[in-house]
Parts: sequence; C-alpha cells; structure tokens
Amino acid sequence: MQRRDLMKLAAASGGAALAGSALTACSSGGGNAADGTLLLWTHSAGNDTELAVTDQILDSFNGDQDDYTVERESFPQDAYNDTVSAAALSGDLPDLLTVDGPNVPNWAWAGHLQPLDLPAEVTDKFLPSTLGIFQDQLYSIGHWEAACSIFARESVLEAAKIRIPTLDAPWTGEEFDEALQRIAADTDYQWAIDFATADIGEWYPYAYSPFLQSFGGDLIDRSTYLTAGGALNGPEALAWGQWFQSLFTGELANIESPIGGEDFNQGKAAMSFNGNWNALAAMDLYDDVLFLPPPDFGNGPKIGGGSWQWAVTSAADPAGANTFLQAAVSDEFVAEFANATGLIPATEAAAALTENYAPDGALRMMVDYSRNFAVLRPETPAYTVIASVFTQYTGDIIHGGDVQEALDSAVAEIDADIESNSGYGF
Amino acid sequence: MTAMTLRPRRRRWVYLPMALLAVFFLFPIMFMLAASFKSDHQIFADMDSFRAFLPVGEVSFANYSAVFDRVPFWRFLGNTLFITFMVTALGLVVNSMCGYALARMRWKGRAVVFGFIIATLILPFDTTIVPMVYLVANLPWIGFEGLRPVMEIGWLNTYHVQIVPFIVNAFSIFLFAQYFKSLPKGLEEAAAMDGAGWLHTYWRIIVPLSKPVFATVTILTVVTSPATWNAYLWPLMTVQSEELRPVMVGVQYFFQLDTSWGEVMAYISMITIPMVAVFIAFQRAFIQSIASAGMKD
Repeated sequence: MQRRDLMKLAAASGGAALAGSALTACSSGGGNAADGTLLLWTHSAGNDTELAVTDQILDSFNGDQDDYTVERESFPQDAYNDTVSAAALSGDLPDLLTVDGPNVPNWAWAGHLQPLDLPAEVTDKFLPSTLGIFQDQLYSIGHWEAACSIFARESVLEAAKIRIPTLDAPWTGEEFDEALQRIAADTDYQWAIDFATADIGEWYPYAYSPFLQSFGGDLIDRSTYLTAGGALNGPEALAWGQWFQSLFTGELANIESPIGGEDFNQGKAAMSFNGNWNALAAMDLYDDVLFLPPPDFGNGPKIGGGSWQWAVTSAADPAGANTFLQAAVSDEFVAEFANATGLIPATEAAAALTENYAPDGALRMMVDYSRNFAVLRPETPAYTVIASVFTQYTGDIIHGGDVQEALDSAVAEIDADIESNSGYGF
Repeated sequence: MTAMTLRPRRRRWVYLPMALLAVFFLFPIMFMLAASFKSDHQIFADMDSFRAFLPVGEVSFANYSAVFDRVPFWRFLGNTLFITFMVTALGLVVNSMCGYALARMRWKGRAVVFGFIIATLILPFDTTIVPMVYLVANLPWIGFEGLRPVMEIGWLNTYHVQIVPFIVNAFSIFLFAQYFKSLPKGLEEAAAMDGAGWLHTYWRIIVPLSKPVFATVTILTVVTSPATWNAYLWPLMTVQSEELRPVMVGVQYFFQLDTSWGEVMAYISMITIPMVAVFIAFQRAFIQSIASAGMKD
C-alpha cells in the first residue's frame, strides 16, 4: 500500500493518524464474491421497516438467479461510519454498503468505494440528489431522498394574516421575517419557529447551511474546493449569520429546542423547520398542517439534498455487485422504501406507485421541493470536517457569539484541514 | 471532624444537605425510569416541570415491550454477561499473579517491568484503539473444523477479540501489587518453612487474605474496562455480526430519524439496573479497598 493511500485511510478513519507505521502493511482483502456470496452492510439496525424492504430485495434477487447470493449485516446508524472506517482499516470491507450521501466523496477518495457500472437508462431517472458523484464518477445510488420544509398550521397563518407561500411564490426573506414577528406579536405561541437546535450533528449543515446558500454564501468555494474563504466568511455569509443569530437573540426561536420539532408538536412553536420524515406524525397531530417551501433570501429557496445511498466497495467483485445493485434499485423497490419509511421516492415512476408522493399525494410537494431547491452538501472528501466545523461554529452563533469571528474561525479550520490533506485530490 | 463524631442534633444538619444532594444526584435515574413508562409526547409535555421525574400521565409498559421488537435484548445481554465474566475472571487470575510476582518475588528487572506497566496507564484507550484494530485483524488463532484444529488469521468478529486483549490490565496489576506489599512477610516465610512453593503460597495464603482487593478489581473491571459492561467502541470496531454484539452497542439501535425517547429510556433502564444492583451489593468492599489502596506506600 502506498504512503498516499495510507494518508487517505488515516484521514477517512477520523483520528487514524495515530495508527502510524502500524498501517503500513494494511491489506486490501474483504469481499466474499469468490464463492458467489456478496455481503451487504446497512446502517438500518433497529429500523424494522427499512430492514424489511432490504430483506425483500435480497430475497427477490437471491431467488431470481443462481450466480450470486447476497447476505445482509446491519449496524446502528449513529455508529455506522466508525464501523466502516474500522473495517477499511483492517481490510475487512464488505462487497456492498449503504453510505450517507455527503460521505460518498470522502469514502471514494479514501479508496473504500469503486465507481458503479450501471446503465444510463437506470440512473437517468433518479433524482440528481440521490446519485453520489465524485469527480465525475458515479459511486452510489439512493432509493429515497429527504426534504426539509416549514411545518405550519393554516389556521395560525390565516389568523395572523400571513400569506401562505407556494412553490412558485415562496416567501422572500423580508416576508419571512415579518411573518415571524407577526406570529410573535399576535399569537400566544412561546416561539415563532422551531429549528430543533438540540439535534447537534449532521442536522446543522443539512438543515441550516441551505439558508446560508440562499443568502449567497456556501460551506466552501465550489469552484476550486480548496478553500472556504469568502464563501463561508464573506459578506453574504455574515448576513446569514447575523440573521440566523437574530432569530434566537430576538426570542423568535428557542436556543434549545428539542430534536424532531417537538416544540411544534407540543404547541409551543407556531412553525417548525423540519424534515419530511416527521411529516406524517405532524399530519396526525394537526389536521390543518402545511408543508411550506423555505424562504428566498436572494439566491432562491434552498434545502439540503442527499440521503442514504447504496454503493459498491473496492473489495467487491464489480460484476456481481453491480448486477445486484441494478436489480435493487428498480422502481418497485424504490416505491417500497418510500411506502415503508415515508421518505421521498427517488424516481417519478416509483412516486406514482406510492400513496403520499403520487401526483395527488399529501406529500407531493416534497418531491417538488427536492427537485427544485435541493443543494448537495459539498462533494469533497473535506465535507466530514466541514460538517463538524460548521456545526460547532453555528452553535456559537446561535448562542450569541461574534458572527464574523465564528465564521473566520470556521474558515481557518476547514482550510487547515484541506491543506494538511494536500487539497484532497483537487 | 467527621459526621461520625458529631452529636446527633448537629449530625442532622450534616445529613440533611447530604440527603438533598443524594436526591439531586438521583434525578437522572429518576428521569430515566419515569420516562421509560411514558410516550414521547408525554415526555416532552412533562419536561418543564417536576412531573418529568415521576411516572404520571399517560404511562404504560409499551416502551419495554417495544425494546424486544427493536433489539435482540437477551442475546445482547447474554453476550455482555459472558464477555464480562470472562474478562473479569481471567483478569483476576492473571493480574493478581502478575501483581504478586511484582510485589513479593525478588527478580532482576522487577522495578523496570513494574514501571513499564504503570507507564502504560498514561495512554488513553482511544489513542491505541486504531493500531489495536489492525493488530487483532492480523493475529493468528487456533480454530476448529469439526475436531481438527486449524490455524486462522484474524480475530475480528469473534468473542475472543472482545475478551483476550482486555484480560491483562495495568491498573489491576498496580492495585494487586500495592495490596500484596502490605501483607506481612512472615506469612510467606512461615509457608516457605513448611515447604510451600510460590504458587502454593499465592493460592493458599495470599489470595484468601486479599478478598478486598479482589472485590475492588472485580468492580473496577466490570465498570470501567472498555471490554465489559460499558464496552462500546471496541466491539463497534471489531465485531460485525449482530449475534456477537454487547448491550451498549444496542443503545444505538434506538436512534433513528424519528427516535423514540421512551424506548431509549426503557432500554437504558434495563441495562442500568443490573449494574446499580451490583454496585450496591459490592459498595462496602469497593469503598474500603479503594481507601486502603490509596493509603499504601
């Protein structure tokens, strides 16, 4: 194994730099395809609905042909990335695995994944944000997409005389701010909007950075992927940070709102910025719930894109793995996942097979939001560090820290990481 | 002056704040138990009041029932009990013998070896885990195909990868050595006069006199070892099969996009209560041994 590969492995493993010379003989073993057995790792342990569909796919594939047998091993989601990194370290990767969209570039760069070999007629019908692409190569494909929107109650907005925004006419930034002020002034809600700030982790870059992008900033300069300077600490980013902070200092939003939009569910917040995976529960609670598009702060409404996808590891026999993957991403199974999980089906044909995402479905607008507003998190191996740094400094901003100072510090840390990894191949 | 020497009336003023403080420290456990009987909606509704610590409102055993649907609880618990027992039992034997050799036997380089063992305490487990993963992935092991022994390479995804690396424990050796040093030398000399060898003296004289330190090491191993009750990171990185996972990894099964906090609390209650029971059963020996070990020179 070359030294450059080792550096990648160490960086991708998070803290693995301490491994030092112990890694020098790291093997590249892994997959089991020699005997026709393919091993699939999923992040779905404890999630019976996802596992049931996964098993349905495996049973179908294993029953339809004799060349390969696919087996499954599941891991808990929050610990999944560490497990995969450890397996890569010990040369024990499976043949196929699930991967969270924003991690695809990092794992591809680290050599954990190999490019997919799927026909264009299969991949072309998928939502762009369900395809994991790194340096022009497709590494992963997802059955579903997730989308954020503003959960609100029609009766509350009408009582406060607030215009209900649409896909074609979303709120402007000024309208949104005015709506929040009006709710705070004219209703008994403790908070105008719930941002679920207690959900520290991937939620922060996934949910909050699209507001930054709507202001004109970004997590990194996507023209080079070599610096966050300007994108994350320029005037647009500063405007975002000051606006976002003002929601909390102005007591329009709760600094410590629980995970999952509970302030909204409990009737403490009039609106909630929330994911579509909580939409069905909100519909059960309120019969007049609306799922509104995010506001436009000047550069169009934006929401985060990219959810869990399936990929082929570098240890796999590509023929068997791609054969399985092509069968696994059929419209039928895409629809099965959507029906089971409530998430957005990745293809239009699959959407038509579902209750909620069909053209007249109750959550159809989520497909439109995803198609029109989704922005992928930066497709760079540096994203894992960017996400961590953004979460930390957005927390500082929420808690009243100096915005420019926080953004400058974030840029410094991200740039230092990129530099120490020689630009991550860019 | 301690509370023991105070008059009863004054003692009351010492115990009163101590009792209040004890209740304060019980709050997290009270919250955990109370929330384990509530729906998520009820948990969050009660969050702003003292009701959060009481099983009131919409309560049921539904969360406990759901735990068994989400995780193979008995399998995980059985794995943890087995691994904990093996690490602790083997650790008591190996570490006490090592401590005895360092404390009571005279051999060249003893101080250097003891210093080296103590020095390893400086390294946090987190800093050694990555090279350890690589190491165990390449270690040989004797397995069996039927009755025929076969050489295998790699310990990953096994029980022994969760047991063997954690049998030897530097802190346990230190505790044993310190305790053994305090025992009167006359006992060994008398045994030697009667013709007892080192092993016989260790087993027949030293071990029976060292119950407090064995109790301490048992508790410390069960509670603090990265491979026993609280094992999380190590099995996460070395065990891929669900059948071999311990209970702590099971906690993560409950964190989904729509996490059920009631189920989380029910599961945590189920894996916490046995440990609290063990601690209560052993706490006298634990406190005595820690105190006495701390006073040794």
